[in-house]
Amino acid sequence: MPELGRAALVATFGLVLYAVVAGAVAAWTRRRRLAASAQNALVGAFATTVVAAGVLLAALVRNDFSFVYVAEHTSRELPTGYTISAFWGGQEGSLLLWLLILTGYAAIAVLLNRRRARDLIAWVVPVLGAVALFFAFLLVAVASPFAIQTAPLDGAGLNPSLQNPYMLAHPPMLYLGYVGLTVPFAFAMGALLARRTDERWIVATRRWTLVAWTALGVGQLLGAYWAYEEVGWGGYYAWDPVENAALMPWLAATAFLHSVMIQEKRGMLRVWNVLLVVLAFSLSLFGTFLTRSGILSSIHSFTESSIGPWFLGFICIVVFGSLALIFARLPLLRAKTTLESLVSREATFLYNNLLLVALTLTILWGVVYPILSEAVTGESRIVGPGYYNFFLRAFGLPLLLLMGIGPLVAWRRASLRSLGLTFAWPAGVALLTGTVLLALGAGSSIPGLIGYTFSAFVLASIALEFARGTRARRALSGGSWPGAFAALVARNRRRYGGYVVHAAIVLLAIGVVGSSAYDSVAEPTTPIERGQSLAVGDYRLTYRALEEREAANATEIRAIFDVERGGEQLGTIAAGKNAYTAERQVSNEVGIRSDLVTGEDLFVIAGQINPDGSVRVRVFVKPLVNLIWLAGLVFVLGALITLWPDAREQRRLAVRYGDARAHVRP
Amino acid sequence: MLGALLAAACVVLVALPYLREPVAERDALDGPSELEQRQLELAEVRDRALGALKELEFDHRTGKVSDEDYRSLVGPLRREAADALRVLGPRAGSPARVKAERPG
Repeated sequence: MPELGRAALVATFGLVLYAVVAGAVAAWTRRRRLAASAQNALVGAFATTVVAAGVLLAALVRNDFSFVYVAEHTSRELPTGYTISAFWGGQEGSLLLWLLILTGYAAIAVLLNRRRARDLIAWVVPVLGAVALFFAFLLVAVASPFAIQTAPLDGAGLNPSLQNPYMLAHPPMLYLGYVGLTVPFAFAMGALLARRTDERWIVATRRWTLVAWTALGVGQLLGAYWAYEEVGWGGYYAWDPVENAALMPWLAATAFLHSVMIQEKRGMLRVWNVLLVVLAFSLSLFGTFLTRSGILSSIHSFTESSIGPWFLGFICIVVFGSLALIFARLPLLRAKTTLESLVSREATFLYNNLLLVALTLTILWGVVYPILSEAVTGESRIVGPGYYNFFLRAFGLPLLLLMGIGPLVAWRRASLRSLGLTFAWPAGVALLTGTVLLALGAGSSIPGLIGYTFSAFVLASIALEFARGTRARRALSGGSWPGAFAALVARNRRRYGGYVVHAAIVLLAIGVVGSSAYDSVAEPTTPIERGQSLAVGDYRLTYRALEEREAANATEIRAIFDVERGGEQLGTIAAGKNAYTAERQVSNEVGIRSDLVTGEDLFVIAGQINPDGSVRVRVFVKPLVNLIWLAGLVFVLGALITLWPDAREQRRLAVRYGDARAHVRP
Repeated sequence: MLGALLAAACVVLVALPYLREPVAERDALDGPSELEQRQLELAEVRDRALGALKELEFDHRTGKVSDEDYRSLVGPLRREAADALRVLGPRAGSPARVKAERPG
C-alpha cells in the first residue's frame, strides 16, 4: 500500500510538472491540443492525489502502524472520527490535504472554464500547476506521508487538544479557504500573462473568491470555538500567530471582495485589485508556512525544519514574480475612469480597503517582528495582545462605522441633502442607543460604548436599506410585502447577501465587545474545598463533588458545581481534566453554561485539581458571547445568498461574452 | 503493478487530445484578437453604464438619491450608455465600426 501512495504522488508530481511546462508552451505558442493535454494533466493530478489520499486514509482507519505517519499521530484507542482527523493532524497529512484540495479546485476550474474562456484558461493552467508542483515536490522529496517502518504495537496517539469535534471541521475549512485563494490568484496572473484587458478573470473567479473567503471565515469561527472550549484560558482569540495566519488572508480577501465591485461598476482600481489578490494568496501561503515551518517556536527550529526554507523560497518567488508581472503589465491596467467625489459609495469602499489593508499589514508586522528580532538580535521580542487590540480599535471601529455609511451613500457622488435624508434614521437610532447604554452604565468601557453605538448605526442602516428597497420593489411590481422582499433580495443577491454578511459582522462585534469589555472574572487565590462557594457577576457557584470516569481513551476527572442566580437554582456545571492514556498527556476541560436568551456564558476553568479534592478555579461571566457563534450562522446565510446562482446575471454575462465574440466571427 | 497501471492511465489521459485528433486541421488556440478584446471592453462599458442607470433609478425610488442628485447624474449616465450601445449595439457592432470609433 505505501508503494501505491508513493507512486500516486510521483504521478501527481509528473502530471503537474507536465501541466506547467506543456501549459506554458501551449499558451505561448497558441497550440490548442497541447493546451488541452496540459488541462487533462491537471485534472489527472486530482485523480492521482485522490488515490494518494485514499491510501493514507485507509492506513489511518486500519491502524497500519507500519506507516510512520499513522504511528506518530494515532493509537488503537483513538476514536474513529479523530483517527480520520489525524489526516490533517500532522505536517505530511496537512500538505497532502493542501494538494488534494488544490488539485480538486484546479480540476473544477479547468472543467468549468475550458470552453468559456479558452485562451485565459490556457495561461491559468501553468500557474495552478506551478503551485501544485511546489506541494507535490514537498510531498515526494521532503515530507512524505508514506515513509514506512517496522510496525510498533501501538501508536503515539493524537495530541489531546486536537481530540475535539471542532477539530474535525476547523482545519479542512481553513484549508478550503487558504487553497481557494489560489484560484483567483491563478486567474489574475493568467489574465496578465494573456494580456487580457477585460474583466473576464474577475467574472470567472468571483464565486471562487467568495467560497474561499466564506470557508476561511467559518474555519476561523470554528477555531475560535475550539479555543474557547478546548484550550481553556477563558477566551476565543489570543492573537496567536497561527490564528493571525488565518485572519490576514481573510482580511485581504475582504478588501478584494469590496474593491473588485468598484472595478466591475466603475472600471477603477485595476492595479489595486490584482495586488490584493496577490496579497491574499501570499498571506495564505505565509499562513501555511507559519504553522508548518517551525518558525514560530524559534528561528533555530525553522532552519532545522525540513520544509521551512523551501516554503520561504516559494513565497519569495510568488511575491516577486507576481510583482514583476504586474509591473510589466501596468500599461494594460490603467483605469479608464476616476473618482468623481470623496463622498460616494466607491470612496467609502476605498476607505474600507485602506483600513482593511492597514489592519492586515499591522497584524503581519506583529507576527513577523518577533521572528525578525530573533534573526537580527538573537533574542525574540514578543508582541502582546495590547499591540493588536490597540490597532483593532484604531482600524476596526472606523471600519464598523463605514459598514453603516457605505450602503447609505450613492455611487459616483452624493449631495449633503441626500446624505441628510438617508442618515437621519440610522444616526438617530445610534444616538438613542448610545444614550441609553450610557445611562445603563456601559460608559465603563469607552471603546465598548463606541462599538455598541456604531453597531446600532450599522444595523439601523441595514434595516433601512431592506425596508426602503422592499417598499420600492412593491411600488414597482405590486404584490405582497413578503413577495416584494423576496423579489428585492433575488434581484440583487450580491447587495442584499452582502448586507446580511454585514449584519453578521455586527453581531460578531457586539459579541466581542460584550465578552471582552463587560465580562466579570472570579479567581480565588487559594483552592476551594467541597461545600465552598464563590460569587461572580449575578451567579453563585458551590463546589459539590469531584467525579472520575473512564472514557474510551482517557480518564475524565470533573469538579461539579451547583449554579445559582438570584436565588434560583440553575443546575450544575462541570469542569476538570482528561488524562489520555496513549498520549500520556492531560488536557483542560472547561465547563460552559450558555444562556441562550441573554447570549451570556458562565465559564469555569478547573486549573488545578489537588489530591485532597480541592480545586483551583477561574470563573468568567461573558455577556453576549454567544452572538459570536450566531454571527457564524448569519455569515453563512449571507454568503449563501450572495453565492446563489442568478439566472438573470448569467444571461447578461452570456450576452456580454457571447455577443462581443459573435460579431467578429466569420 | 497498481503503480504501473496508474502511470499508464496518466499517459493516456495526457495524450487524449492527440489520440482523438492525430492530425488536426487547425491546431490554433482560439483567443480574442486585439479587435475582439476591444469589443469585450466595450461590452463591459455598456453593461456597466446600463447597470449604473438601473441602480440609480432604484436608489432614486428608495429615496437614497435626492431629485437634485438624480437629475445631475442621470444625464451623463444615459449618454454613457447610449454611446456604448451605439458603438456596440445588439447587431450594430461590426469590427470595422468599432475600429473606426476607437479612441485615440
